[in-house]
Amino acid sequence: MPNYTTAGGFLLVLAIVLPVAGALFSLVLGGRRAERVVLMLMPAGLAIAAAIAIGVWRTHNVLQYSVGSWDPPLGVAFRADGLSAAMLVATALLVCGIGLFARGEFSSSRSGETRAPLVFWTLLLAVWGALNAVFIGGDLFNLYVALELLTFAAVPLVSLDGRSDTIAAALRYLLFALFGSILYLLAAVLFYGAYGTLDIVLLSGRIRAEPVVWAAISLMTAGLLAKAALYPFHLWLPPAHAGAPAPASAILSGLVVKAPFFLVLRLWFDIMLRMPEPAAAQVLGVLAAAAILVGSVVALRQARLKLLIAYSTVAQIGYLFLMFPLALKPETGHPWSSVAWTGGVLQAISHAFAKAAMFMAAGLIAEALGHDRIAGLAGIGRALPITVFAFARGGLSLMGLPPSGGFIAKAMLLTAAVAEGQWWWAVIVLTGGLLAGGYVFLVLARALADPSEPLTLLSSISPSRQAVVVALALCAVLLGFVPLRPWELLQIGRLDIVAAGFR
Amino acid sequence: MIDVTVYGLCSAALVGLGLFGLIVHPEALRKVLAFNLIGGGVFLLFGVVARRGATAGFGGDPVPQALVITGLVVAFAATALAVALLLRLFQEIGRTTLKSDG
Repeated sequence: MPNYTTAGGFLLVLAIVLPVAGALFSLVLGGRRAERVVLMLMPAGLAIAAAIAIGVWRTHNVLQYSVGSWDPPLGVAFRADGLSAAMLVATALLVCGIGLFARGEFSSSRSGETRAPLVFWTLLLAVWGALNAVFIGGDLFNLYVALELLTFAAVPLVSLDGRSDTIAAALRYLLFALFGSILYLLAAVLFYGAYGTLDIVLLSGRIRAEPVVWAAISLMTAGLLAKAALYPFHLWLPPAHAGAPAPASAILSGLVVKAPFFLVLRLWFDIMLRMPEPAAAQVLGVLAAAAILVGSVVALRQARLKLLIAYSTVAQIGYLFLMFPLALKPETGHPWSSVAWTGGVLQAISHAFAKAAMFMAAGLIAEALGHDRIAGLAGIGRALPITVFAFARGGLSLMGLPPSGGFIAKAMLLTAAVAEGQWWWAVIVLTGGLLAGGYVFLVLARALADPSEPLTLLSSISPSRQAVVVALALCAVLLGFVPLRPWELLQIGRLDIVAAGFR
Repeated sequence: MIDVTVYGLCSAALVGLGLFGLIVHPEALRKVLAFNLIGGGVFLLFGVVARRGATAGFGGDPVPQALVITGLVVAFAATALAVALLLRLFQEIGRTTLKSDG
């Protein structure tokens, strides 16, 4: 039997251990030192993520590690394929950006020892560790624990300021998340009871079309949708994401909702490898379309900037799930299905950068003005041109205008929809783009207008923080220069292709 | 085999009752309790699965039991976090009912 753990497998362990150890150290060391721990770990974590991606790319194979040398089915495996590698690198880049940005907001040297900075820096590392665990987990129960860690780290970020409305938002978020996780756990036990393993690769080989599988898959999908805030489970998201401080909103909207989406991908493309369900995927597509339309229209009606951005997240999550009806075709390996696959994943990554930049830009605007009412934004374009530029760049990616990652992602989804003759999804993509154009224009038109009376800024915004926001927005732009075709890195280790190679 | 069926039905009933409570009750504390009821049902199902493995010739499948312990810890932590938020919310506004509109 070949050695299960591949060369470089220890990197996967480091990707989890480093942030978790950092979170524990910052809790113990406290206050001012927590920030230093994070700043020290950021380059290390980025290097590890890059090393994993390079390893996957060089070997054109998955990186694997079996914990304690116990191989599945008894042991727990960590496994990084091309998709994991892409998500790991995107997460590391975003965490670094958010950390640099948050130095201005949660700097303990300015405010002395207080609760919010300590909690923020500790939980930033905890979120990072949990996300990495989700992206490389190879075992359904292990993934449950990772998802719960993520929830427990994300919920307190919502109520960092301790106001009653944010506590209510955090509680609502937690209840939705618990509903989702308990359904996920129920599905995991059904899988174990039916097939005696929780390892994703082994499960994909043993699974058959039978009632217990349908029950488990429906439960797991419903649970993950509640955590990913896909329509109609989106009710918790806007108050939670809009109420959090700007760097926390950026983590929550950019990264945290992507983890359950990632697991739905694992479930539908890896575990259900041998029995693609185009009919069920159409149901996900309908929910996605509803999310895009409802989220965008409600975003248009918001009076506050952060709420508008939060509702736009609801809409953009819809785009993620549009890839299911487009990529899940009975004939696997169909070229158009890989176009939709690449488009969906690219949407997840480019939305993460664009939305983080927009939330942080909104945070800077709110800091300068003392409010974030859209009606009162007039003149801010002249006062904070760089910040408004970053907001606009992020907005262009949401609309799907070139050059931006959002454009490539939506173009790929459109290509797949047209090529497969599923034109109704193309109509949804285009309508959603127009509506996104509407709400971004609404904000920019106000921001660039001449104020009726001279604008007085409450506080000056440091150029370095604006630079971070622009850098993240430019990452979303740079993603627009990837070629418009299936992205090879994302194909590495995909189980259907591995299986096709064996045939 | 009959005990497995009885426990399985019990766990299904617990999950069903819990889901009903979690969705219907606007009171946050009741939702937390309902979540724990579902948790009880799911953990009982783990026991059923372990027992069914036992009928296949082992002296009891230890893997689901290990999973239950982890699951209990996670559910306990979740409940603690929810109750902490709930208490703080009660201190701030004097009630813990979540409005059903977004």
